[in-house]
Amino acid sequence: MNKIEAIVRPERLEVVKEALASAGFVGLNIVSVTGRGIQKGIVHAGRGGEEYRVDMLPKSKIELVVKDPDTQRAVDVIINAARTGAIGDGKIFVSPVSQAIRVRTGEQGDAAL
Amino acid sequence: MDTGDTAWMLVSCALVMLMTPGLALFYGGLARSKNVLGTIMQSFIMLGVITLQFIIFGFSIAFGPDQGGLIGNFDWIFLKDVSPSEPGPYAATIPAQTYMIFQLMFAVITPALITGAFAERAKFSTFLVFMLLWATFVYDPVAHWVWGIGGWLGGFAEADGQVGLKALDFAGGTVVHINAGMAALVAAIMYGKRHGYGREPMEPHDVTMVVIGAALLWFGWFGFNAGSALGSLGLATEDGGFILTASNAFVVTHVAAGAAAVSWTAISWLITAKPSVVGAAAGAVAGLVAITPAAGFVSPMAAMAIGLGAGALCYIAVRMRAKFGLDDSLDVVGVHGVGGAWGAIATGLFAAAAYGGVDGLFFGNAEQLGKQVIAIAVTMVYSGVVTFVILKVLDMTMGLRVKEEDELTGLDVSQHGERAYQFEEGYAGIPVTPE
Repeated sequence: MNKIEAIVRPERLEVVKEALASAGFVGLNIVSVTGRGIQKGIVHAGRGGEEYRVDMLPKSKIELVVKDPDTQRAVDVIINAARTGAIGDGKIFVSPVSQAIRVRTGEQGDAAL
Repeated sequence: MDTGDTAWMLVSCALVMLMTPGLALFYGGLARSKNVLGTIMQSFIMLGVITLQFIIFGFSIAFGPDQGGLIGNFDWIFLKDVSPSEPGPYAATIPAQTYMIFQLMFAVITPALITGAFAERAKFSTFLVFMLLWATFVYDPVAHWVWGIGGWLGGFAEADGQVGLKALDFAGGTVVHINAGMAALVAAIMYGKRHGYGREPMEPHDVTMVVIGAALLWFGWFGFNAGSALGSLGLATEDGGFILTASNAFVVTHVAAGAAAVSWTAISWLITAKPSVVGAAAGAVAGLVAITPAAGFVSPMAAMAIGLGAGALCYIAVRMRAKFGLDDSLDVVGVHGVGGAWGAIATGLFAAAAYGGVDGLFFGNAEQLGKQVIAIAVTMVYSGVVTFVILKVLDMTMGLRVKEEDELTGLDVSQHGERAYQFEEGYAGIPVTPE
């Protein structure tokens, strides 16, 4: 099993969720994160003209755990839905998961996913 | 007594009362979220603390029988002889008590204005003592000088016909705004900069709250200015007309607010390429501050000029404040100090006898401008010096600021034991059960 953490633009979140659901990946978690990459950030105007450079930008992080053979397929679905081509599209990290358990039934492993 | 005048005045009192929670929200939104309750509390609690001070003795020393042009006596402590059914010496057509409660609302909001200068770092206990001492030793005397019968700066004649300097201040340019603005300057310097000022982000945490606050201030200001006519029509003249009318004060208040919102937004747009919403709100407030002393005396077109000027001048003042590195956190000096001074000077320029019975420079009377400048200077010096003395004593005895770790945690938790926003289950507290 692998955990996929995909940091994407918040405005792409709905599209990514739909695409994942269509591809059979229904279960996931979403967290709002603030982060910085090579995207330069934006400038806020203060009330007296003092400007603030804000380089911590809001993104959405989607977390889902998938069976090993499904990993590449899930990643591809996310990339296709989230990509805009501009700097700031985000990143995806894949890490191994040692166990998964369904709370209601106690099923373990792939059966829990 | 007149039913129309009294009805309007009671409504005005309610409008001015609403300005204090409006100010609380305006300041609260400008502060960081960990300090929003501390900021709101500093304004809100004035409704309690200063109300008590004022009815016990503040009204008496500010407006009571004059002692040497400088202060009132104790004849009216505990509101003795302040009648709910007879007029007092200040307004012939409304009950004395109504005049008192109107003045009380001004006395409440003026110290609250200063709180913006030391936002996010004031120890609450010391702050309460500071506000009480300031109200007693700065606000009440200055109110007496400008608005008290026999006061040496104003124009309200004693029984013997002695009159003061006759500086014009319709609703509180000197008494409220310059007074608070100068105290804010001293306080900002003496409290020192916030931890991390200039290095860490300290942007407003809720600009919607700032706009709501500004809107409530604008709304309440109609009571602040038009209520200062002390009646629904104005002062009757010999030829059957009226000057110092509530209607004109109402109209010029609105015009100045709108004009200043436009000019601040425009200048911020030119300089930073984006028109700031906080700027529009702050601009409106600056215009309201500037028109306060002038409201009875100038025409609506003059109010437009005063408002446009206020938006621009206060914007520049705020920008300069940032350049000097003065942590007047919520820009009290730039908006109230500079705005109030501009308004007092503008009164000396634009006053027209047709509106307020006195002409200013642009109508051929140069003398009034000189009187305005004297009143501004006297208020600034007195407020600055006495505020300094009060804060020095408090700093040496109680300490002005919270401990550094409390400042970092935030005032809400450290001073008040509360969190403003608990949206998620995991952050809510469990009741502490007694052993």
